[in-house]
Amino acid sequence: MEFDGADVFKIIQAQFIAPGIKRFILEAPRIARKQRPGQFVILRVNETGERIPLTIERSDPEKGTVNLVVQSIGKTTHLLNSLETGDSILDIVGPLGKPSEIANFGTVVVMGGGVGTAMAYPTAAAMKRAGNRVITILGGRNKDLVLLEREMREVSDTVFVTTDDGSYGDRGLVTDKLRQLIENGTRIDLVLAVGPIPMMRAVAEMTRKERIRTVVSLNPIMIDGTGMCGGCRVLIEGKSEFACVDGPEFDAHRVDFAVLVQRNSMYRDAEKRSMDDFGPELEKRAMELEMACALEAKR
Amino acid sequence: MSTTVPKKSSNPIPNRERIKMPRQHMPEQPPLIRAQQFTEVNLGYSAELARQEALRCIECAKPSCTDTCPVGVKVKDFVQLIVDGDFLGAAAKIREDNVLPAITGRVCPQEDHCEGGCLLKKKGESLGIGYLERFVADYEQQHFDVKNIVKAPPTGKKVAIVGSGPSGLTAAGDLVQRGHQVHVFEALHEVGGVLTYGIPEFRLPKKIIREQVDYMRAMGIEFETDVVVGRTVTIDELLEEEGYDAVFIGTGAGLPQFMGIPGEHLNGVYSANEFLTRINLMHAYEFPRYDEPMVDFRGKNVAVIGGGNTALDAIRSALRLGAGKAYVLYRRSEAEMPARIEEVKHAKQEGIEFQVLAAPIEFLSDGKGWLSAARCQKMELGEPDASGRRRPVPIAGSEYEVPLSVAVIAIGTSANPIVQSTTPGLNTNKRGYIQADEISQRTSRKGVFAGGDIVTGSATVILAMGAGRRAAKGIDDFLKSGQW
Repeated sequence: MEFDGADVFKIIQAQFIAPGIKRFILEAPRIARKQRPGQFVILRVNETGERIPLTIERSDPEKGTVNLVVQSIGKTTHLLNSLETGDSILDIVGPLGKPSEIANFGTVVVMGGGVGTAMAYPTAAAMKRAGNRVITILGGRNKDLVLLEREMREVSDTVFVTTDDGSYGDRGLVTDKLRQLIENGTRIDLVLAVGPIPMMRAVAEMTRKERIRTVVSLNPIMIDGTGMCGGCRVLIEGKSEFACVDGPEFDAHRVDFAVLVQRNSMYRDAEKRSMDDFGPELEKRAMELEMACALEAKR
Repeated sequence: MSTTVPKKSSNPIPNRERIKMPRQHMPEQPPLIRAQQFTEVNLGYSAELARQEALRCIECAKPSCTDTCPVGVKVKDFVQLIVDGDFLGAAAKIREDNVLPAITGRVCPQEDHCEGGCLLKKKGESLGIGYLERFVADYEQQHFDVKNIVKAPPTGKKVAIVGSGPSGLTAAGDLVQRGHQVHVFEALHEVGGVLTYGIPEFRLPKKIIREQVDYMRAMGIEFETDVVVGRTVTIDELLEEEGYDAVFIGTGAGLPQFMGIPGEHLNGVYSANEFLTRINLMHAYEFPRYDEPMVDFRGKNVAVIGGGNTALDAIRSALRLGAGKAYVLYRRSEAEMPARIEEVKHAKQEGIEFQVLAAPIEFLSDGKGWLSAARCQKMELGEPDASGRRRPVPIAGSEYEVPLSVAVIAIGTSANPIVQSTTPGLNTNKRGYIQADEISQRTSRKGVFAGGDIVTGSATVILAMGAGRRAAKGIDDFLKSGQW
């Protein structure tokens, strides 16, 4: 942010919550005051940085803080996760996107895959407050990558956990658990799925047959986040819509996931080059921090 | 201002001689050199060239240059100050009506305004008013100390400006000169709106925008970036909770239009807004020093669809990023092109190929999700349409293919709904643009004014500035009278 010169957004707290995944508590009073479940921010770490969209896990309007959960994937997220308490971020803008539609639907199944859980969490909480029965299914590659289980338990009637390697909860995918629920005859009025694209696509395919209303939160490449550039356009039943202003949540059964995957791969070469140029140093730094974090946790 | 008695001209050349003097050429970088870099094409007049050019002014009794200027710059007066050698005086004279002279001196379509109205044009070539304005503004930047800015006595009134593009900056400048406290909100991380994200470095260097904005800061205007009004804070909150007495909405024509033809979602198909934002705002042309990437199309074919300034900015940028072949595909003929004449000339010099009376009807895939070609159709001109320009009519059986790696769609924009949809009682027209009075720029909401592209749809920098100017007067009247 610039307010007569050089203001920035302060990191009140930065802490790894899983390997390569960090939670930031940031001072952003305007955003904290307005954030609603389902919305996101766009940030730019420094002067030469790119703008990337990130999930808002929760916010505290009184303290004027916003929580972000960030997984190290490319250069920017690695750079972000190398920042610590007391550091700052140059630009954060939001809250962006349409808030989730919250109503008493009946029974809502909330599915969170990896860091997607951070985006699903505020919506799950709001769904619970609206009187829904909330069944949560959390998934991750392994135990460490199952996020926000404690928080999700607080806002869910039931929580199931699956891991790819069986290191925690049931071995398998979140969709395996969803299928079980459907086969057991559990009444499901709405599914919210937030996670990697293959997961969201699999959920959409499964619920389409069952005619269960399903909402997914999409994560295309974005720049401005206000509808100005059209870079985040997604194909919704053959029609272009902008994830930043028309979404990020869409009816899963209308989304063309193949086009989303294709468009998200547009800068793969450049992203690789960025990581090759800057990655080793950042990764080393992130690893050191992780180890320090792990040591501290042991103590 | 108006009280001064017209002084005798210090120009020693008789009028009949002046009309014979040739227009001074703008020094510019050689085409083949500049086509490889993003530094500014035009190099600017020297003091000597400026004075030579200023001497051409025939000092009309009723100067139409001022009448045709959307902000009413007193052209004859500032040109005479150049003749006198009083360049700072000339700058101050322009600033009475135009707070962004270094910008308009570069991007204004002068042929449609001041220079179009210039009497010299009837005799040959119009006075180089834009070039002179640019010279004066650049001279001021180098020689004027902003500490000498005289501030108006404060009125105690606070005005919020939404959007830091041409209309917002102009409204802000005029309002602060009337003693109001002005706070400008910008959604992006840099101030300037379309000047910053839309116009490339080679036509309007970022340094110039920053200097003009710094001048405005010195005038007392506050800027706050990273605020999307409508999302981060609403118009009602600004008025009711943050204590603003009036709000000006200058959010621009936000949403890029697509053509609705097959293949628009392919990788390599961009909106002009995205293409230019990546390059201008995000510095993708300096990748990997800057992180924002751009598809690597070095040596490959790139086309822009459209014939406006945005289209030419995009394709000339593509050329500078190493495009092998760079095409403009425009569905009407060159005569109907809305771009500035100078930009078309520059683009041709740089080697851009114009395919007019042609439009794509489909983008073709390479089978892996990337653009490989555009299937185009030839057009002929029919009867004039609502815009007064002759309508393009497809010629049956004229389809042909252009192999392309990147296509940039620059066919216009539509209204960004964020502010309208979050401001109850703010009336819009059928197309979603905000309704505002043509003179006061008042909207349907008390204390809320709007102007620029968010009211008119896509137009030019100077027309938006004109709206900002009218709004500043409308706001000032409202703040003084309290009447709505």
